[in-house]
Amino acid sequence: MRYVPVSGEQREAMLRAVGAKSIEQLFQDIPSAVRLKRPLDLEKGMSEIDLARSLRELAEANKPATGFMNFAGAGVYDHYIPSVVDHILRKPEFFTAYTPYQSEASQGTLQAIWEFQSMICELTGMEVANASMYDGATAFVEAALMACRCTKRSRIVVAGSVHPEWAEVLYTYSRSGLFSMDVVGAEGGKLDVDQVREQLDAGVAALLVADPNFFGVFEDVCALGKAAHGVGAMLVCASNPILLSVTKTPGDAGADIVVGEGQPLGNPMSFGGPGLGFFACREKHLRQLPGRLVGKTVDAEGKTAYTLTLSTREQHIRRERATSNICSNHALNALAAGAYLSAVGSAGLTGIARACIAKAHYLRSRLIGTKRFSAPFDDAFGYEFALAYDGDAEELHSRLLDKGILAGVVIEQWQGPELMLFAVTEKRTKEEMDMFVAEVIEIAEAMEKAEQTEDTETTEAVEQ
Amino acid sequence: MSSEMSNHPRPPCSVGPQKSIFGLGTPGSSCVAVPEIDVPDIDLDALLGESRREGPPVLPHVTEVEVMRHYSHLAQMNFGVDSGFYPLGSCTMKYNPRINEDAARLEGFSGLHPYQPEKTVQGALRLMVELSEALAEISGLPGVTLQPAAGAHGELTALMCFRAAHEAAGDPRKKVILPDTAHGTNPATVAMGGWDVVTVPSNDQGLVDLDALKAVLDTDVAAFMLTNPNTLGLFDPQIQEITEAVHAVGAFAYCDGANLNAVLGKSRPGDQGFDALHINLHKTFSTPHGGGGPGAGPVCVSGDLAHYLPSPLPVRVADGEFSTLQLGTSVGRVRSFFGNFGVLVKAYAYIKALGAEGLEEVSEQAVLSANYLKEQLKEVFDLPYDRTCMHEFVLSGTRFKAEGVRTLDIAKRLLDYGFHSPTVYFPSIVDEAIMIEPTETESVSTLDGFVEAMRAIADEAVRDPDIVRSAPHTTPVRRLDEVRAARDPHLRWSPTQ
Repeated sequence: MRYVPVSGEQREAMLRAVGAKSIEQLFQDIPSAVRLKRPLDLEKGMSEIDLARSLRELAEANKPATGFMNFAGAGVYDHYIPSVVDHILRKPEFFTAYTPYQSEASQGTLQAIWEFQSMICELTGMEVANASMYDGATAFVEAALMACRCTKRSRIVVAGSVHPEWAEVLYTYSRSGLFSMDVVGAEGGKLDVDQVREQLDAGVAALLVADPNFFGVFEDVCALGKAAHGVGAMLVCASNPILLSVTKTPGDAGADIVVGEGQPLGNPMSFGGPGLGFFACREKHLRQLPGRLVGKTVDAEGKTAYTLTLSTREQHIRRERATSNICSNHALNALAAGAYLSAVGSAGLTGIARACIAKAHYLRSRLIGTKRFSAPFDDAFGYEFALAYDGDAEELHSRLLDKGILAGVVIEQWQGPELMLFAVTEKRTKEEMDMFVAEVIEIAEAMEKAEQTEDTETTEAVEQ
Repeated sequence: MSSEMSNHPRPPCSVGPQKSIFGLGTPGSSCVAVPEIDVPDIDLDALLGESRREGPPVLPHVTEVEVMRHYSHLAQMNFGVDSGFYPLGSCTMKYNPRINEDAARLEGFSGLHPYQPEKTVQGALRLMVELSEALAEISGLPGVTLQPAAGAHGELTALMCFRAAHEAAGDPRKKVILPDTAHGTNPATVAMGGWDVVTVPSNDQGLVDLDALKAVLDTDVAAFMLTNPNTLGLFDPQIQEITEAVHAVGAFAYCDGANLNAVLGKSRPGDQGFDALHINLHKTFSTPHGGGGPGAGPVCVSGDLAHYLPSPLPVRVADGEFSTLQLGTSVGRVRSFFGNFGVLVKAYAYIKALGAEGLEEVSEQAVLSANYLKEQLKEVFDLPYDRTCMHEFVLSGTRFKAEGVRTLDIAKRLLDYGFHSPTVYFPSIVDEAIMIEPTETESVSTLDGFVEAMRAIADEAVRDPDIVRSAPHTTPVRRLDEVRAARDPHLRWSPTQ
């Protein structure tokens, strides 16, 4: 394939126009010693028909979660995406545009982002939201850095119950020396407020928590907020945007910065990216906010118009004094989130949250009912929960996969037993969950039998 | 865009401002039915207690046709590469092939969960390994991470690897040097990673002032960051001396790969002596810009630095199998999961489509088209650095200042001629800078049409400066009151409006 619309003849004419004898002459500034004097060692280009075939083959070498009865979550969720969302994303004026620096030619992107900001404010109960970050994990880090700027302190206390990859990313960034971090344990599946309070002092910039946390359990955000504020620290809360339609807003609960992974809002799982990070804060901290912001104003004729604003926080203006180095964000994913929230509306979103919660509670009690699973903790949860399997969890997971069931994610929990983390979205039906439970019973029995046979054989072998 | 039209402004736009989506539709409407609950319902008040939300969120209430029309209307107020020529310097606004979009949407890619068992994601791992291998070959740097989500994220990732190497050698360092032509992300990245920024001026040819660089190089310098070709579109012929001088004090040479589109198959940053490079897949490898993102910023590093890259790394194991590798010496994760996988699929498809020969043609045509525009426009505008350029060049609009016409006015007036504006006022070392990057995907007639429009505007600037100063006239909205936007920030819709 070639996407160059210039013929050989035209190329010759262009060379004459610039007064060059050859293409080579245009590259004369590159010293010979650093010129590549051979073709790149890559395969030959492909025709579109061959490329389409090869891409399809590669895609078919995967077995996507969407083709399974999928209970995997752990940060990426398999929600239904209304058809309109992708049809909006496919509009080339959106996806082939650059960052909307030329407002007069970018009103579409700007208004869509302004509406997205408004929806995030509404969900989080905050006053200001930015145009998006890369993902939940990097939004979480940016929140820590922002809290350090706002409080002029440099110690971060992070909940041990947040997504382990988010904690890892936070640790990676902490090696800059700009902040230090301490993890406060959550052995019981959620934070103990007294234990958190012990970690807090006047040097702490922020307490970072997730609600619900990695195990799906709701934290006591109000009490955690009070504890943080008691030492002059900020509360950063990471939230699931679907659940925000039914839970007390982090804003009402006392959070100073609210972040999260926005993938559940109309973005496919796509192996974990691109989704988007959402980021919201109080107006009084506006000047410390990282990332782009769209504001509403008027044009020279007094007509309503939108523009990027308060850019003096950003890298292209403020350089090393910017609030962040972020430039490219996840605008198209934010467009998807805005389109999704518009498509489902308020009743739709609360209905989806309610359905997910009800289904997850049903599945959990059915699984516990098999007596093969036990609950490591019993606190209120949303649509994700952890259970301990009485046996080889990896083996069970693998056998269920053969039956077309992606049985959540097997996680290691500190020194404790392996846990299985299950997420249930509105896509799952009662019939599917009943089938899943029936398979669990059957497989667990088969595994038990196989184990007994093995034990007997081992015993016999020893006796012989 | 027909070239016959381009020396005349186009007719005014028929699409005007659109009501906010919150003001459309009828309360209670939505596109999708609330999902049925086929299990025992749950009492949310009992479950959540005091943590129950006080009232439902106020979200748009629109039917499917209303949503579709709203966003169609918004799209019509936007200018993308598909709308016309987008000569935005430094941004590489090339055509985005449609098969790439289709590829990322194949269910075998878009439906993958990041924690699926490895045996069910062999195609995805293979894609990432092969993309890494291709980027290693293109860059001349063998270690590759696909995790960074954007160019600036890649910059930070590479600097973290430098820090790890210096610390491992018991030689931690505090400073990073940048030329005054650097993109804003460079100094912002340095600060975000906890280093001090040291800026060196460019020489009178717009290149690195080697003496000035050597004067600030010492054993507390962690790295020198350079965009090559630089932001004036010039390839620095002293590149070997530069990287050697940097290495001589034990520092690392970092290449900002924003301008990689100029040198594909011609010169590799690794061969130029760079230790690390980030690649903006949304620029050089045509994954779209998406109105600001998502992009992807893979980082390529030398063999010595490869074991510091963020983990996990997708790797090839025996018998055509693929897996992931955790490195004990890694700087750690820089984001969740595997990076912007959907973007990686598009870049992979692009490299597969073009192959070695096609990629080299990309750079040849990008450079030829830039020189073609430069030669014609330098008669009408000033060209401060008059030499063969690479994929972009920087003009100056200084001569029109006397008429009270600024570069910004010229940029806005181009919109009336149906072209997107170039990058303006960057790099800051050029007064009234106009930075033009045509890319390889524009036809001769489009380029000629652009030259005609620029000439027409230069003529207007003298003959009828008011029409340029008050441009644009044909866009959905006229020039904006930016001061009001910043002074009285109006950042969200609220029910009381």
